[in-house]
Amino acid sequence: MSEEISGVSLEDALLNLDELAASCNVSREWVIKHVQCGVLLENTDADSDPTMWVFGSRSLIRARRILALEKDFDSTPELAGLVADLVEEIEYLRKSSPTKV
Amino acid sequence: MEFKDYYKTLGISRDASAEEIKKAFRRLARKYHPDVSKAADAEQKMKEVNEAYTVLSDAEKRAAYDQLGHGYQAGKEFRPPPNWDTDFEFSGRGFSGAQASDFSDFFSELFGRMGGSARHTQNRTRGEDHHAKIMLDLEDTYRGASRSLTLRIPRVDNNGQIKLAEHKINVRIPKGVHEGQVIRLAGQGGPGMVGAPAGDLFLEVHFNPHARYRVENKDVYATLPISPWEAALGATVKLPVPDGWVEVRIPEGSQTGRKLRLKGRGIPAATPGDLYLVLEVVLPPATTPKAKEIYQMMARELAFDPRKKMGV
Repeated sequence: MSEEISGVSLEDALLNLDELAASCNVSREWVIKHVQCGVLLENTDADSDPTMWVFGSRSLIRARRILALEKDFDSTPELAGLVADLVEEIEYLRKSSPTKV
Repeated sequence: MEFKDYYKTLGISRDASAEEIKKAFRRLARKYHPDVSKAADAEQKMKEVNEAYTVLSDAEKRAAYDQLGHGYQAGKEFRPPPNWDTDFEFSGRGFSGAQASDFSDFFSELFGRMGGSARHTQNRTRGEDHHAKIMLDLEDTYRGASRSLTLRIPRVDNNGQIKLAEHKINVRIPKGVHEGQVIRLAGQGGPGMVGAPAGDLFLEVHFNPHARYRVENKDVYATLPISPWEAALGATVKLPVPDGWVEVRIPEGSQTGRKLRLKGRGIPAATPGDLYLVLEVVLPPATTPKAKEIYQMMARELAFDPRKKMGV
């Protein structure tokens, strides 16, 4: 029996710029560009020091989604960001449609 | 190992141009996009489409595949001849270990060497991070849970060939995780090169649909069926909740749709969510003479018009 490995929620240990870049297999410039054009970390001041940025679960999922859209469809970051917004909105609406007992 | 017909996967002819291949890939990528497609096997289909495109969009890989695959049909038992790739000088750009774990054994057998030689040129490179989704039941987040996962990890063998090895791990899911949250498992991703540390494994949490509960962020919703007299007169009712049983007080004069909030009984995160019980008044059926008589009496005695506000 192999040992049990404990998972840590990203909200308890946020990723820094380099960790997010490594996790998505992209350069740190890719991440900086996408924060600066407003499709990642929407509420962060794009002119702030990138080494101070932190990324949670939503940022990681968004970054991977945007990366796939750009790769598969040669999309611009802005269009990929818009699609990511719509996907998140659909997920929210699907989850909040009431179910009966 | 079954032969994979990548042309068939993309629905194109063997003499398709690079532009036609790209077009076919985009059409299928849109069709099977896991965020949009309603097809149950969309994710698997997307992996196959990605694999086919990885090979056919790369001139070197496509040429090797064309030579090797001549005369084979999809699904047919396949073994590559020894040293089949000696005539091809692969430049080594190509696929990552993370991709390889998504691809078929067929792909790994054919093109594993390319990735392997490329990776050997790198020094002390940390392993790649891998990503996967995990389906949990709502109850798992209330108690914390253990899951056994089987991962396909690409490993470089003594010949520099990348092989997919099955790797079983037991994972402790922390209490209080919620939908869309990512769990990080340090050191469980791709192996590092030349003694460098392994990458991490990231698991994206999703919940299986539950017959009784609906989850919205950290809040949990359940419908609570009550009788007309419990709604009208008030009552204390006992009911099961994800972490046990509770007794709740139904205020008198309640109607269907009223929400009762049980503070802090939602998902037990650092700041716990709330549990909402949405009341639903259920009428007893009027199938016996006695029940009919009671309904008739209410009609006579209560002078109740639910459509009064409609000006009827």
